[in-house]
Amino acid sequence: MRTVILGIGNTILSDEGVGVHAAEALRAAYEVPAGIEVIDGGTAGMELLDPLSGVDLLVVLDAVKAKRAPGTVITLTGKEVPVFFRSKLSPHQVSICDVLASLEFAGDPPKDLVLIGCEPLSLELGTELTPTVAAKVPQMVAAAVAQLAARGIPLTPRRATAEAH
Amino acid sequence: MGQRITIDPITRIEGHLRIDCEVDGGKVKKAWSSGQMWRGVELILLGRDPRDAWAITQRICGVCTTVHAITSVRAVENALQLEVPLNAQYIRNLIILAHAVHDHIVHFYHLSALDWVDVTSALKADPDATSRLAESLSTWQGNGKFEMRAVKERLKGFVDGGQLGIFTNGYWGHPAMKLPPEVNLLAVAHYLQALDVQRKANKIVSILGSKTPHIQNVAVGGVSNALSTDSYSTLGVERLLAIKGYIDELADFVKNVYLIDVAAVGAFYADWTKYGAGVTNYLAVPDIPMDTKGTQFALPGGYIANKDLGSFKPIKTFNDEFWVKGVEESAKHSWYEGSKPLHPYKGETKPQYTDFKEDGKYSWLKSPTFYGKPAQVGPLARVLCMLAAGHEPTKKYATAALDTVSALAKTKVGLDAMHSTIGRHAARAVSCAVQVDMLADQWTALLNNMAKGDLTTFNKPVFPKGEIMGQGYHEAPRGALSHWVVIDNGKIKNYQCVVPSTWNACPRNDKDEPGPYEASIADNPIADPERPLEVLRTVHSFDPCIACAIHVTDTENGSAITVNAK
Repeated sequence: MRTVILGIGNTILSDEGVGVHAAEALRAAYEVPAGIEVIDGGTAGMELLDPLSGVDLLVVLDAVKAKRAPGTVITLTGKEVPVFFRSKLSPHQVSICDVLASLEFAGDPPKDLVLIGCEPLSLELGTELTPTVAAKVPQMVAAAVAQLAARGIPLTPRRATAEAH
Repeated sequence: MGQRITIDPITRIEGHLRIDCEVDGGKVKKAWSSGQMWRGVELILLGRDPRDAWAITQRICGVCTTVHAITSVRAVENALQLEVPLNAQYIRNLIILAHAVHDHIVHFYHLSALDWVDVTSALKADPDATSRLAESLSTWQGNGKFEMRAVKERLKGFVDGGQLGIFTNGYWGHPAMKLPPEVNLLAVAHYLQALDVQRKANKIVSILGSKTPHIQNVAVGGVSNALSTDSYSTLGVERLLAIKGYIDELADFVKNVYLIDVAAVGAFYADWTKYGAGVTNYLAVPDIPMDTKGTQFALPGGYIANKDLGSFKPIKTFNDEFWVKGVEESAKHSWYEGSKPLHPYKGETKPQYTDFKEDGKYSWLKSPTFYGKPAQVGPLARVLCMLAAGHEPTKKYATAALDTVSALAKTKVGLDAMHSTIGRHAARAVSCAVQVDMLADQWTALLNNMAKGDLTTFNKPVFPKGEIMGQGYHEAPRGALSHWVVIDNGKIKNYQCVVPSTWNACPRNDKDEPGPYEASIADNPIADPERPLEVLRTVHSFDPCIACAIHVTDTENGSAITVNAK
């Protein structure tokens, strides 16, 4: 059983990078056992095909535009995840959806797919999240952990050394 | 007065590149290329430690992360006049070349081929005839009739299931699509095989770069890989042998599939050797340094004026004044203050947005020039410069490609055909073949150097008091990339990135001369203004990538792209 937790986004465009920040927060808060990989996918496109091949469970953490209030966390599973674009003028637009579609076409899609997204407030230049979205990172981490637990993959919290500081 | 077409965006989901065309009598008369996204990464870097710049700049772009990391450390090393150990050069060279091979394969098969290949037409193909055609062109083992039958079945399954997925909204059935069904089926088969092969290139990057995407192993002064000939915890013989295995698989595909497919598409679309030349001043920087100082390069670069290979002037070293003094950027038609061309060391990033003014400011991109002229960068510039420099491997693959096109088209196709839309695809394939051989050479050079007992990978930088400046360049997959840094007391005082897409996608310069995209679209035929496939073909041949990547997932699936023909 191979599980990948993938954080994506651009960490120099403020809330655009929330997926990467959430993946790092998960890695900091929980022991990650063998068989589970936490990947900072950044802004990569087709480069992700290799790490995402042969995956049983893929949990994607990302900024999601779903016309909700900024900071709203949504969880989509299975067929709810927009694997296929419908509004493309050309194939020259690479995103995580294209990577998933390519995996589908190559006959090697993730067997199980979860998307945990957060509605961004700002996509302006900046290496920090806005306070509104930063406050929701723990909720994204908790949602990811809950999705894993529901599939029989419990994660153990790291010893709370951070609290001592 | 002709018809106006606006395509917005032409590249990515969040709208980074808008193309406007004036069409009259079935042809594009005039074009405008407009970068729709403000890129201010330079401002994030001010006041930071120059040793961290590479980690930040590699987030500029979603496709070319590695290239900004390499260029950034080279700029800082240049400012310090710091030498880089040979092993570090070889390791960086391996990463650069593996990334380039990856990028070229993905660009052709997964991003551009669909401008030429009609996927649904492949369903009408006879798979056995496809196999016979393929086997007459190449010894590649993936061309058998069982393979072609399986691909056709799989494609049928996708179409019947209503899930064309990545192929949705291709311009299927467009009158400018001309490949016979068998060639279309072959292209789909190789599209799938390329999906598998491109992963091998990425594996090389991840083994050497410690992580991919976004490599972690570069440092100002070298690389952080620990080398050893006998330990499993460092970069040792076992991992190097794995890398060699991947190089061999890539070489097989690039030479026996990619190069031939491009020649075949070129032969069927021979009319496209007449369109898309645009700006024919070509600029490429040398790369793949072979010494610690950056004075010897395996890949030559330089400047060619007005398509005359005889005018070639080489760029020789990392300190070559011909290069350093020649680059300027103008903002006359860009949404920044000022209009006087500025050297990147003096470059400014002060926004002044005016809305789209076709005779005024209309783009977030600046307009780079080389000695006051616009220049085309990218694989075509690279290949022409390598040919002009007498680079034998380039001559070999360029001749082979043109001979294959000539045989298939049953007419002699010469080097002049390269100054075109299809020529850019051919040049990319030739460049890829040269680079995959160079990858094997660099692997051997690294092993030989390690065998001599040299295991050094890093020279520690020391920052002096006061102001220093430096530039770093890299012949990235999309062309000449340069970073320019001014450092004051160990902190960044100014930073400018002059990227390949800026050279090619720029608006008119201070003398109102169009940039390469604008000039290259300006002669294209337009069969159907509502579906301007021809414009996409020419713009895509440059491998457009507007230097910033956004990765928001859109669950609404609202159509964000408009083609406005009025």
